[in-house]
Amino acid sequence: MQEELLSVAAEAETAIQVAGSVADLEEVRVRFLGKKGKLTQLMRGMGRLSPEERPRVGRVANEVKERIERALAARRDLLLEEEKAARLVRETVDVTLPGTPLFVGCWHPLSAVRREIEDIFLGMGFSIAEGPEVELDYYNFEALNLPKDHPARDMQDTFFINGEVLLRTHTSPVQVRTLEKTAPRVPVKIICPGKVYRRDDDATHSPMFHQVEGLAVDTRITFADLKGVLAEFARRMFGPETRTRFRPSYFPFTEPSAEVDISCVICKGKGCRVCSGTGWLEILGAGMVHPRVLEVSGYDAEKVTGFAFGMGIERIAMLKYGIEDLRLFFDNDLRFLQAF
Amino acid sequence: MRVSLQWLQEFVDLPVGVGELADKLTMAGLAVDAVEEPGKEIAGVVTGRINRIERHPDADRLLVCRVDAGRGEELTIVTGATNMREGDIVPVALEGARLAGGVTIRRGKFRGVVSQGMLCAADELGIGEDHSGILILPPDTPVGADAKKLLGLDDVILELDLTPNRGDCLSVLGVAREVAALFKLPVRLPEPPPRLPADPGIGQVRVDIEAPDLCRRYVARLAAAVKPGPSPLWMQRRLFAAGVRPIFNVVDVTNYVMLELGQPLHAFDYDTLAEGRIVVRRARPGEVLLTLDGVERHLTPDMLVIADAAGAVAVAGVMGGEATGVAGHTTRILLESAWFDPSNIRRTSRQLGLRSEASLRFEKGVDLEGCLRAADRAMQLIADIGAGEPLPGAVDAYPVPHTPRTIVVRPERVAEILGVGLARGKVEEILDRLGFQVRTDGEELLAQVPSYRVDVHREIDLVEEVARLYGYDRVPETLPYGDTTPACRTRHQALFDRVRDVMTACGLTEAITYSFISAASFDRLCLPAGHPLRHAVRLANPLSEEQGVMRTLLLPGLLETLARNAQRGAASAAFFEIGRVFLPVRDGQLPHEGNRLGLALTGETPRGWNRRPAPLDFFYLKGVLEVLADRLGVDVTWERGAQPFCHPGRTARIVAGGVELGWAGEVHPDVTAAYDLPGRAAAAELDLEALLQAAPERRTTRFAGLPRFPSVNRDLAVIIDAAVPAAAVLAAVREAGGPLLQEVSIFDVFRGPQIPAGCRSLAFAMRFRAPDRTLTEEEVNARLEAIVDALASRWGAQLRSGRETT
Repeated sequence: MQEELLSVAAEAETAIQVAGSVADLEEVRVRFLGKKGKLTQLMRGMGRLSPEERPRVGRVANEVKERIERALAARRDLLLEEEKAARLVRETVDVTLPGTPLFVGCWHPLSAVRREIEDIFLGMGFSIAEGPEVELDYYNFEALNLPKDHPARDMQDTFFINGEVLLRTHTSPVQVRTLEKTAPRVPVKIICPGKVYRRDDDATHSPMFHQVEGLAVDTRITFADLKGVLAEFARRMFGPETRTRFRPSYFPFTEPSAEVDISCVICKGKGCRVCSGTGWLEILGAGMVHPRVLEVSGYDAEKVTGFAFGMGIERIAMLKYGIEDLRLFFDNDLRFLQAF
Repeated sequence: MRVSLQWLQEFVDLPVGVGELADKLTMAGLAVDAVEEPGKEIAGVVTGRINRIERHPDADRLLVCRVDAGRGEELTIVTGATNMREGDIVPVALEGARLAGGVTIRRGKFRGVVSQGMLCAADELGIGEDHSGILILPPDTPVGADAKKLLGLDDVILELDLTPNRGDCLSVLGVAREVAALFKLPVRLPEPPPRLPADPGIGQVRVDIEAPDLCRRYVARLAAAVKPGPSPLWMQRRLFAAGVRPIFNVVDVTNYVMLELGQPLHAFDYDTLAEGRIVVRRARPGEVLLTLDGVERHLTPDMLVIADAAGAVAVAGVMGGEATGVAGHTTRILLESAWFDPSNIRRTSRQLGLRSEASLRFEKGVDLEGCLRAADRAMQLIADIGAGEPLPGAVDAYPVPHTPRTIVVRPERVAEILGVGLARGKVEEILDRLGFQVRTDGEELLAQVPSYRVDVHREIDLVEEVARLYGYDRVPETLPYGDTTPACRTRHQALFDRVRDVMTACGLTEAITYSFISAASFDRLCLPAGHPLRHAVRLANPLSEEQGVMRTLLLPGLLETLARNAQRGAASAAFFEIGRVFLPVRDGQLPHEGNRLGLALTGETPRGWNRRPAPLDFFYLKGVLEVLADRLGVDVTWERGAQPFCHPGRTARIVAGGVELGWAGEVHPDVTAAYDLPGRAAAAELDLEALLQAAPERRTTRFAGLPRFPSVNRDLAVIIDAAVPAAAVLAAVREAGGPLLQEVSIFDVFRGPQIPAGCRSLAFAMRFRAPDRTLTEEEVNARLEAIVDALASRWGAQLRSGRETT
């Protein structure tokens, strides 16, 4: 009996070693340990043994069973491991195939730049104000010290709806509307982004474009503050090494007035094609709010001063992204819009 | 304004090179746009005397000249010109010379005769446009001299971009004053010879100013023995360099003085003026004048005219009359040097559509005190160039004399506004350099404004003058006093950008289209006559009819965008735009400007090797808007709707809280055809104000924790009357499902032969869960039965299948 047990064990161990798959192995388990398996049959015959022999042979039988079970488990682990390895090999993909095409859109570059400009000024304490695009002559011109027949009206070719109503030619009317609403309280610190319109259409002029107006009015705002705020803006917008230059200029609603240049973003001021060799790029107009603008809006120009500035978002975006044709912004070609 | 440096140097020394001068002027507010050297290319041109002119032996049209160009031996030069005579001195381009336009002269053979150079016409030297013949130089011109120097071709021209307030700088004198102030130098004014006392000749001229409000001064001088003819070369060259075309001597002098002193002048043929009288008055109703340009001008009584005893002879300050202008037969001239009201001139020139160098200066305000000086200077030049003989005396009608303005300047206020510590002495010194007469009055300064600075009215104007000359670059950079708490966007502003984020995350790209559209867009959109969206704000002066009206909806711009992209090969595209529409309210009021969100899609999502494209259709659009509503926390319902530009069976109204937010739909095939769209398109437009109104101020969602008990998932399909809207079926399912039904969605819609006609199969995926226990099979089955019963009793729906899912 004992020999028989040992020979079954050896036979089982051999069968286990040659089993090539988990399925084969299961067959082996059934052949030896199943209800009708060889070992099971043998162990049923133990009843015929004498009581003296039974414990000893029983121990051997249990040992043999455990041996087979251990061998089965070990073989099973090995086969599973091999099968997994084979499956992983089979599952190899070409990782150089393109990814699943997702469908996402983009912000218009002018919106993105507008938001960036807003964030910079929000950080400096400016709130965002808004005003109508179809505007009264009064707010667009008169209240900004631009009476009818003023030669400076030529600077801005205007779309009219009728004699008194027009499409705003700049975001500056929002200055007056804001001051009127706030007077005589200070401080006033706003920016106003928005669409503006001028009767002009060529490679460098679009009949519709975008500006951001800025206005700060308080008891002791100085021209030096204007320089400081815009220099800070330029550094945050175009990089910390950006320098600014203020040149005297003229706007009816500011005095002293300035054109503000930044050191060329392309050549860093050395002179190149983009800056026409000057090293400087004009980006905005600015100045101290003209006392008459403060006065018509209800402020005492002896008690408060202010500065104002206005910049074209297209201009900033063109410099930032190296866009050379203004018309691309309103052409809405997907290849353009999705380049940013 | 183009300024010759040689001319400028007659008025002021130039202590620095042209580059530095340009920088200084720019930094003082006279922006130098360009520095030009018109004669830069010219080299190798000398003066030569023509000793002999012979016929070319083999060519009828050519002449052979023997020229002494100071080279020792005579040069042989072949020319086609015929205007020169033996003995004339002319510019000679030697072999290797370079001329205007980059032409290089080489030795050449003309029909067998070797030419050792070329005789030059004016245009070849960059002086004017004259190519009618060889430029004949004055007889006393030295021979063999460098023609470039001699003719002033080495001059440099500054192109100034002047701001509109600095009319005083529209002259060489004005720029010289600025240069003098910048470099602390004196200005040299031309000094015409003293005027002889009037003789009876001038006594006959009577000047009556009937409108002293519009003409504060009128100076008249006479010249006799006028010989109209070309001006000397130097004058022509300066006029040409300044951008003024030389005409003939008398007219050239008036232009020359205008460019030099800033005072426009006009010369009348004195003998054509009725009674030799000048009357300055408003035009009579119906008065007509034929102006120098040959156009009949219909004048109105708000226009100022110069008249003689018979009628108008000039539109004051704008243009002279044809009949009284100086011409070839003129022998006596009356020269006008006057001051006209700037806004009147501006209005008149605008009404007549006539802008001239003269009107440009008058409308900015000329120097009231400079009229007589300019007249005298012109007479001096007329005499100098032999154009005529000035008669002694002048008529100076000056009814409203100049009264100098005095402005109080507080040096500490200047410092306060600029944010610079500026000593009182510095302020005083700068104003003095600029020609202001400064007196001290206690703490304050009193600055008397020179008559030519018509732009200076109040203290702030002087603050700017001080800042300009002190140098903007010397003002420090500071930040405004006081705390700077960062500001934030209003809810409105923040939400607009949130909408942009949701749209782009859903695959839509932002477009920005023009706010003005073509009125024909309304036809393309098939809007019936009288449709409210046709009621648009119309531009009075559009660039073209294509941009004639302000948009009342975003759709036209978006459809054009889809069409343009399709033409360029992008058959699939999805755009959104956030922008304003303009809806007329009532006469006398600004239109209502509403912020809108527009969407337009066509084609399909990108095709991949592992992914089928999804159509960019109505339901994609709806999906995007559902995400938007969900992100903003707006409860939106969709109802059947109708729009003239939408597919009648595929249009929805979008409603929240009883308020219509907008519409969505498939674009009507007639409209896609009108826009040349190759395929179907879906579009929507929402009123952003209404949408944001419907969005809760703060999302009040409180996180309830993750579910603690498992859910039971079931699918259910019913056959139901196809006319019943899915939304109604879903609502009924939710109601019958009760609180245990946590989620339900439609995952299949099916019509086919197995389904009775007029019905469709709707399949729902449902998730049941209780918050406090694991649901039993019986509980879930009870809910399912309730749902099926509800659908059956309301619409006669039949159960198609139900199964358990996981």
